[in-house]
Amino acid sequence: MRAAVVLLLAKVLIVFGAILGMVLFIIWFERKAVARMQSRIGPNRWGPFGLLTSLADGIKLFFKEPVTPDGAERFTYALAPVLALIPAFLAFAVIPFGDGVTLFGERVDFVIADLNVAVLWVVGMGSLAVYGIVLAGWSSGSKYPLLGAVRSTAQMISYEIPLSLSLIPVVMLAGTLSMRGIVDAQRGGFGDITWLPDAIAGIGNLIPRWHIFFQWPAFLLFLISGIAETNRAPFDLPEAETELVAGFHTEYSGIKFAMFFLSEYIHIITISAMAVTMFFGGWDGPGLPFLTWIWPLVWFMGKTFFFVFLFVWLRATLPRMRYDRLMMLGWKVLIPASLGWVFVSAAVIVIGQQ
Amino acid sequence: MNLKVPKAVEPLFEILGGVVASLKGLGITLKHLGRKPITIQYPEQRRDPFPRFKGRHVLDRHSDGLEKCIGCELCAGACPADAILVVGADNTPEDRRSPGERYAEIYEINYLRCIFCGLCVEACPTEALVMSNAYDLAADSREALIFTKDMLLVDAPLQVRPSDEILPAGQEVGDYKMIKEALGGGEGSLERPYDINLDG
Repeated sequence: MRAAVVLLLAKVLIVFGAILGMVLFIIWFERKAVARMQSRIGPNRWGPFGLLTSLADGIKLFFKEPVTPDGAERFTYALAPVLALIPAFLAFAVIPFGDGVTLFGERVDFVIADLNVAVLWVVGMGSLAVYGIVLAGWSSGSKYPLLGAVRSTAQMISYEIPLSLSLIPVVMLAGTLSMRGIVDAQRGGFGDITWLPDAIAGIGNLIPRWHIFFQWPAFLLFLISGIAETNRAPFDLPEAETELVAGFHTEYSGIKFAMFFLSEYIHIITISAMAVTMFFGGWDGPGLPFLTWIWPLVWFMGKTFFFVFLFVWLRATLPRMRYDRLMMLGWKVLIPASLGWVFVSAAVIVIGQQ
Repeated sequence: MNLKVPKAVEPLFEILGGVVASLKGLGITLKHLGRKPITIQYPEQRRDPFPRFKGRHVLDRHSDGLEKCIGCELCAGACPADAILVVGADNTPEDRRSPGERYAEIYEINYLRCIFCGLCVEACPTEALVMSNAYDLAADSREALIFTKDMLLVDAPLQVRPSDEILPAGQEVGDYKMIKEALGGGEGSLERPYDINLDG
C-alpha cells in the first residue's frame, strides 16, 4: 500500500518536472523556429543556442513586482491564475506516455492514472480552464480584461463542442474511454489485404492500425478545434496584443502572468499528446530489443513534438482570424461537420458489425 | 470555357481555395526555416554602409597637420537645424592651428539636432568638414551627443574622401575602414552580406 503511494508520488513529481522542462524547451523552440521562419536569428544570448533564454525569462517573471490593480477583486484576482494552471496539469494525468517498466519485480505503468473515463477527463479539464480566464477578466476590475475574457470564453466554449465531438468516433472505434484501451486498439497492423495479390498482401501488416487512416476527418476537426481551444494562432484572439489590447491577462504581471503563460503551453502539450494518443497510436512504434521500456517513451515524445512543431509552424504562417469569422467557422462549419462525421462513423461501424 | 458551378457547391470551392492558400503559406515558412538568417548580430557584426552614406562628421587636416577649418562659420549658417556652433579665434605665430588667419576655437555639432542633410559639408570652403560612414550615434545623455572639436577632428589627414569617391565594382568598402580607424570606431565585419555593385 505504502509502496504504491510512494510510486504514485514519484510518478507525479517526475511528470510534473518533465512538463515544466518541456514547457521551457517549447518556449525556446517556438521563439527560435519562428525567428528562423522569419529569417531572423532568434534568442542566442543565454546558454548554447540561447537554450537558457526561457529559464532566464522565468526567473525574471518570478522576481518581478506583482501588481494588483486598485479596482481588482483581490482574492479572485490571485486565485484565477491558479485555476487556469491546475486543470492544465491535471489533464495530463490520464495520458499514457509510454508502455511501462518492471521495477523490482513490480510493473510500473507509464501513466499517472489509467481512468476508465480518461477522454472525458481531458475534455472536462479543458472546460475547467475557462474558469481561470473568465475569473481573471472579471476580477481585474478593468474593462479591457473583462471584454477579453468574454471573448475568450465564447471562443473556448464554442470550440469545445467540435473538440469533444471529434473524439467520439475514435471512442466508438476503440470501444473504450480509457486512453490505455485506445492505444491498445491501435497496436499491430491491418493484417493481410485480401484484394491484393498474395505475394504483397502481407504489406497490410506493416501499416500500423492507427485511427488516422480512417478517422482523418475527425483528426482534422480535432486539430482545428484544438488550436482554437488552446488559444493559439490563427485563433489567438484572447491574446491579440496588437489589435485587441491583449485580453483577460492585461492587468497581470510577474509570477501570476507566468502562470497563465505556463498553462497555455501545457495545453499545447496536452492537445498534442491527445492527438498522438487518439489518432497516431500513442506510444506505439517499433523498438529495439534492448531497454524495451524506453522506445515507447521515445516514440511518444517524438510524435508529440511533431505536433508541437505544427503549432509553432502554423503560428509563424497564418494571420489572425477575424472574430466573427472565428465564430462562423466554429458554429457553422466545425459543429455540423463533426456531428455529421459522428453519424457516418457510427453507421459504418454498425454496418461492419453485421 | 466557362464552367457553371452549382450555387450549393460554391462554398466548398471557397474552402478548398483557402486550404490551398494556407498550405502555400506553410510551404514558404518551411522553406525559410532552412535558410540562413539575413539579420546580423549588430554590436559584434556590422554592416558596411554605402560609400556615400552620410554618417557623423569629421574635421579634416592638411597633409602638414594643420587644421583645414578656418572658423568661418559658413557651416553653422548653412545648417537648417541650427546644430552647429563655431566660435573662431585668430592664429598667432606661436600657436598656428590652420593655414588661414583664423581657426575654430570652439566647434560643436549637436547630434540631437543634426538631420544629416550635408548642407554644412557643401558650404565648407576649405573642405574641412566631411561626413564619415560612422552611424552608431547613441548615448545615454543629451550632453554626450554634443560632439566637441576634439571628438570631431581627425588625428591624421583623410586619404579618401567619402563623398568624392564612387567605388569601382568589387572593390572593398573596406577602403573606408581607414576613416573608421581614424575615428577610433569599431572595426567593420569582413564578411559582407551583400555584394555592392555600383557599376551595374
